[in-house]
Amino acid sequence: MRRLRHWGPGLLLLSPSLILLAVFVYGLIAWTTKVSVSDEHNALGSKGFVGLENYTRLFTDDINDRFTHSLKNLLLFTVVFLVGAMFFGLLWAFILERGIRAEGFFRTVYLFPMAVSFVASGVVWRWLMNPNQGENAGGLNAVLGGLGLDFAQSTWWTNPTWGMASMAIPAIWQLAGYVMALFLAGFRGIPAELREAAAMDGASTYRLYRNVIFPQLTPVALSALIILGHMSMKMFDLIMSVSGPQWLTEVPAIYVWQTLLTSDYAKAAAISIILLLLVAVVIVPYLIYTNRQEKTS
Amino acid sequence: MTTTSVAAPPPVETLEPKSKPRPRGGPGSIVKYLLALIFLIIVLMPLYVLIVTSFKSGSDIGVTSQWNLPETWTLASWEKAWNVLRPSFIRTFELAVPVAIISSLIGAANGFVLSRWRFPGADLVFTLILFGMFIPYQAVMIPLREIITTLGIPPGITTLVFVHCVYGIPICTLIFRNYYATTVPEELIEAARVDGAGLLRTFARIILPISMPGFVVTVIWQFTSAWNDYLFAIFLSNTRNGPITIALNALAGAQSPDYAASMAGALITSLPTLLVYVLLGRWFIGGLMAGSVKS
Repeated sequence: MRRLRHWGPGLLLLSPSLILLAVFVYGLIAWTTKVSVSDEHNALGSKGFVGLENYTRLFTDDINDRFTHSLKNLLLFTVVFLVGAMFFGLLWAFILERGIRAEGFFRTVYLFPMAVSFVASGVVWRWLMNPNQGENAGGLNAVLGGLGLDFAQSTWWTNPTWGMASMAIPAIWQLAGYVMALFLAGFRGIPAELREAAAMDGASTYRLYRNVIFPQLTPVALSALIILGHMSMKMFDLIMSVSGPQWLTEVPAIYVWQTLLTSDYAKAAAISIILLLLVAVVIVPYLIYTNRQEKTS
Repeated sequence: MTTTSVAAPPPVETLEPKSKPRPRGGPGSIVKYLLALIFLIIVLMPLYVLIVTSFKSGSDIGVTSQWNLPETWTLASWEKAWNVLRPSFIRTFELAVPVAIISSLIGAANGFVLSRWRFPGADLVFTLILFGMFIPYQAVMIPLREIITTLGIPPGITTLVFVHCVYGIPICTLIFRNYYATTVPEELIEAARVDGAGLLRTFARIILPISMPGFVVTVIWQFTSAWNDYLFAIFLSNTRNGPITIALNALAGAQSPDYAASMAGALITSLPTLLVYVLLGRWFIGGLMAGSVKS
């Protein structure tokens, strides 16, 4: 009883939030799951339970394999986005970490795209990735032409095979600075003694980074990958803003929206749940891992 | 904005070098500065196009002349964009300001309980709370629309305030939990308890007065995410009652968009959050880092 009096008020203060999240996160996910196994394919409502039919049909019976197409788009986008953002983020952090005048200024500029919405930056990226080439080139193609790199001019996201790779460019632009910030915090969190000890042992700069500093950054890299990875799977605003909803650049998050417009609730719910599972596969182990780490530290 | 991940909002200065940087001479240093500068230019390129295009007019606006400075500088497109966006600009303040304040208060209370007034199973509960910030919101959107209609919450800004406050609970709780865990000594709370202070008194007298840095981070974070949100906005509002991202998308996404007005509109849309970033960058970064869950 005494113990309850001890922590009871805390739980009480927390309870409104817990109830809200229980309803609006877990409850609504359960509800969506229920819709996804029903035959609510129009505004008339549901007549019954159809098991996993809506799910299997997405993979086997979707017109033009629309769903698998959206998954392939998502995969290509995610790979390019992750590699690009990690590469530039790490490189920028490395440059700044080596000591540079006006570091704060560079940092502020590299990170500024994070403060802008995808919707706003999409407005300009749509124009920068104009597919015109040669004489009529504008945007990125004009820059490439100006640098004498005409061969690299591209049709960007309008390319049916590799278009989604181009869609990752604005995403990299927007988030490489964030990765930089994470790595920079990682670099700065490494105790100076560790570097000094390595220097005393006569380690070269290369060996210092290779054997001392980079291994310390593994947890940071893992966090960055997971954060970017889960954002990538949910990517919606950017694509809606750059290309609008259309076949070439469709990903599951947008497919849900398009399906809802036709009032096919059951199908939209099934896609949403698959999307949720994709995110959960990445996030749940990470949350468990973080929770454990915290206990041991 | 859309970033969510799980690390402590580290003491806000973590990005600052511990000792003054030691820029050295030599060829390596030239390469370093050259690279830094090239990347600086690349990052700023889209901003350049936004700005110059927004001051152009007529035949000056075209794909091939994208990189040129305006032949004649004019504010006409800014005026046009402002006239289109003004109502939603004001509505977005009505959205983002209450969201920032309410979410922060909830986050402070939750963060305090989960770090310094813990109950059995608090860690599990915390993890369950955190999961809420990673979900793709599409997975709740279908029933959410039904519930909001059933509850009779007026469509548009009121709905969005409610929704952002609910789904902002995880990140705000996380930020405050980590903040209190690193800044409030356990002994302080123990001492207050020994003196017979209850939960609310401890929170009001001891915790709130030292919570300012946490509040600055969550207020900025929630303001920015509500301001920049598009997903909830498109599902739960429209151009007549929704926030500025919806209005901007309508302005810029038309069949034959007015590029100059779109660019001016994108700048108008981004100004408040950019201003926050430039003026309060340190705390903005604090929120970003918190976004990456671990402590």
